[in-house]
Amino acid sequence: MGIKSSTWTSRVLALFLKDFKSELRTRYSLNALVMFAVITLTVISFSIGMFSLSSKVKSSLFWIVIFFSAMSGLAQVFIKEEEAKTSSLLKLVASPESIFAGKLLYNLVLLLFLELIIVPLFIIMLGFSILNFWLFLCVLVLGSLGLVCATTIIAAIVAKASVKGALFAVLSFPILLPLLVTVISGTNLAAEGASFSQGLRDLQILFSYAVVMFVASFLLFDFVWEE
Amino acid sequence: MHSIINQKLDKEELVEYFHRNFMISLEVKNLAKSFGFRKVFEGINFSLKEKESLVITGKNGSGKSTLLKILAGLFRPTKGEVNINLESQIKNRGKRRKLISFVAPDLSLYDELTALENLEFLVSVQGLKFNKQELNEKLEKIGLKGRGEDSVSSYSSGMKQRLKYLFALLNEPKILLLDEPGSNLDEPGLFLLDNIIAEQKKRGILVLATNDKREIKYGDKILNLDQQGFSFIS
Repeated sequence: MGIKSSTWTSRVLALFLKDFKSELRTRYSLNALVMFAVITLTVISFSIGMFSLSSKVKSSLFWIVIFFSAMSGLAQVFIKEEEAKTSSLLKLVASPESIFAGKLLYNLVLLLFLELIIVPLFIIMLGFSILNFWLFLCVLVLGSLGLVCATTIIAAIVAKASVKGALFAVLSFPILLPLLVTVISGTNLAAEGASFSQGLRDLQILFSYAVVMFVASFLLFDFVWEE
Repeated sequence: MHSIINQKLDKEELVEYFHRNFMISLEVKNLAKSFGFRKVFEGINFSLKEKESLVITGKNGSGKSTLLKILAGLFRPTKGEVNINLESQIKNRGKRRKLISFVAPDLSLYDELTALENLEFLVSVQGLKFNKQELNEKLEKIGLKGRGEDSVSSYSSGMKQRLKYLFALLNEPKILLLDEPGSNLDEPGLFLLDNIIAEQKKRGILVLATNDKREIKYGDKILNLDQQGFSFIS
């Protein structure tokens, strides 16, 4: 038998690549995420029609689309392991820390990919003009990081429950509320062309939220993942 | 030992050295498991040394698979403890994982991936070193020659069982836990199982759960979960 000195990061990467490969074959989460996002955007676009909305309303709608799309797809990362009965195999071969980090990375990539589709579509379909694009990008990345940190641990909790469907959104909402309020405010500032210094407060809150959620999730995951 | 340390082996290699060169023992003390208010078993005590094997029998629902899952670290016991001793007691779960392998009918591989992709994932996530050719050779030995690139979803249940054995033996475990080991296997598969069990009895500890008379003979000791007080029949 050969043993190689594989680092923790290479194990996390192996877990990420497994999920990525698996997703490309099954489209378990991707289809749900993209379809939900596109349909919601279309419905919003038709509902608004000729009305002109303020940037505050558009910012809110933007994050509502992302929030519910994330709800429909990100939970699958653990649910599919439970449903396919592969979670025992995972427990046998990998440490809880590397599993959490692998799943977190996978969810982050999935969400960023989703945003890559949503952002241009939202800008085109709703005529959403962003005057400070770099501030918007920072809000988007930090907001996504916080969203993913929170939803990944909630996904792990929900996967163990017998009623999974609605539970994910119900559990996520109170935890994500401070994040949502901040990202909407930050996105609105970016859309109105506020400077970085004006958006700094929101960026600091988003960064702190992401760090706190990451640390808390990382520490709690072991208890959630174990029977 | 000193010579090994002088070679400046990394942590993983040092763990591997201990695995290979120290006698292992498995000790179960006053083990009990309940699911909610339903008691599955209680008061289980036994110990096994290297080259010893134990067969757990009992009627359906007696807790055979649950006991194996506790030994594998998949379930937490309600009461009692499972001690694994190498040069000293191993409490670290990561180190325990390296010593134990588990094969069970309800343990699933990734159906959407090919057999080779499954193995490559399991190899990298465990920090083992096998290249594609070596894995193909192992697939051939286990009776899956030429099927490495096929998706596991296209495998029969017997082929999946063979693949699970291959996965379980990748790290040459000191403790091998088998739940209904012969399930879904054909005659050549059962012959393969005989060899795997003979090898494991030389290498370390074997614990299997079964009610199959053919498989009961694999054990040096038998633990019957139906009998109150858990008697050993040596």
